[in-house]
Amino acid sequence: MSIMEYNGGSVIAMVGKDCVAIASDLRLGVQSLSISSNFQKIFPVTDRIYVGLPGLASDVTTLHEQFRYRVNMYTIKEEREIEPQTFAQMVSSTLYERRFGPYFIEPVIAGMQRTPSGSYEPFIAATDLIGCLNFAKDFVVAGTASSELFGAAEGLWEPDLEAEDLFETISQTLLNAVDRDTFSGWGAVVHVMTKDKVITRTLKGRMD
Amino acid sequence: MASADGGAYSYSLTVFSPSGKLVQIEHALAAVSQGTTSLGIKASNGIVIATEKKSSSILIDDSVIEKVAVVCPNIGIVYSGMGPDFRILVTRARKSAQSYWKIHGEYPPTKVLTQEIATIMQQATQSGGVRPYGVSLLVAGWDVTRGPSLYQVDPSGSFWAWKASAIGRNMINAKTFLEKRYNDDISLEDAIHTALLTLKEGFEGQMTEKTIEIGVITVPTQTELEAGKVEGTGRYKPTFRKLTEEEVRDYLAL
Repeated sequence: MSIMEYNGGSVIAMVGKDCVAIASDLRLGVQSLSISSNFQKIFPVTDRIYVGLPGLASDVTTLHEQFRYRVNMYTIKEEREIEPQTFAQMVSSTLYERRFGPYFIEPVIAGMQRTPSGSYEPFIAATDLIGCLNFAKDFVVAGTASSELFGAAEGLWEPDLEAEDLFETISQTLLNAVDRDTFSGWGAVVHVMTKDKVITRTLKGRMD
Repeated sequence: MASADGGAYSYSLTVFSPSGKLVQIEHALAAVSQGTTSLGIKASNGIVIATEKKSSSILIDDSVIEKVAVVCPNIGIVYSGMGPDFRILVTRARKSAQSYWKIHGEYPPTKVLTQEIATIMQQATQSGGVRPYGVSLLVAGWDVTRGPSLYQVDPSGSFWAWKASAIGRNMINAKTFLEKRYNDDISLEDAIHTALLTLKEGFEGQMTEKTIEIGVITVPTQTELEAGKVEGTGRYKPTFRKLTEEEVRDYLAL
């Protein structure tokens, strides 16, 4: 029995054209017993950053509080909002602090990064449970359905998807992947972010 | 009570005098005002910090003395007052900048690093068994959010942002001089010359590339910013650098 599979759950993030999307399932279980179909694992960090925390449910709460604390301290001290790139570094160092007794979480970060010219570009990143960063240009996956998500995403993702097409792609990828995983599923939530707004949709999947 | 030596409140630095002063801090400021003059000027496209480097004997090898220090690629500092105290602060500031980098993957903004140094200096006014730092600092830096900024930090741990400031011996005269010379759209080149002229005012002896130290912040251009990290190095181009002896000589010749 792996502690990473104890509660179940999966997260995926994808890059589109001037937009970014992050999605997760809504299941909380104890091994094969499902407890909740409304367990949120994706949290807003700033107006332009979301973080997904699949893994052990107790650590989801702990890490969410930890990140909220650190981001608030950063915002007050620096008198500015944290950028996705900087937040990813912060996530990485927070996890590496617990190198020899880690949080059982593999975070996924999605956001719109401000460029020197003043525009915004999509940003995604993921880390393993000890904070090794993976800055991908296409998509990142994590959780109990990660291998299924990789397969579906490899087949469905294409470059420069517009916000609406990106929503369709990430939704299909997630729903089809979690159907092939016992520990993920029971509905999904999808956030699609452009430079000036976020669209959040809750999806029904196979509720079994 | 009001005796020449400062009276009963002179020794314990954590005890206020009845007039509300911490006399040890005032003594630290006196140590600063005996130090060599340093100054900083913020220009439209950069910042210059400069100081005079005076050695007590011609036998001293002054090429080894360093009074303008690089803290991290975007921040440099200069001091007036006690050299050894400055060295400690430079080490602490560099460590602080590196630990910031380890967490955030970028170097600290000028204000954050200045706050960090100011905190270290404040702690020396409230801890047991220590004395305040006998230095004032000028911190020059550049960051994306605030652009170029120039801060002064005093032994008390207080800090302010300046457009131009001077510390150490002759600071009053130097500041008056700077007030007359300063305007908001001065260029970096002009600011370097104004800095040298200001130092010349109170200078004893010959101003040469051996007796002057200069550090500059150059504001990166929009193209440099968009280009990002420099090819092959994996780093951004440093915005702070010290002028070489040759460069200082060229500025003095003009």
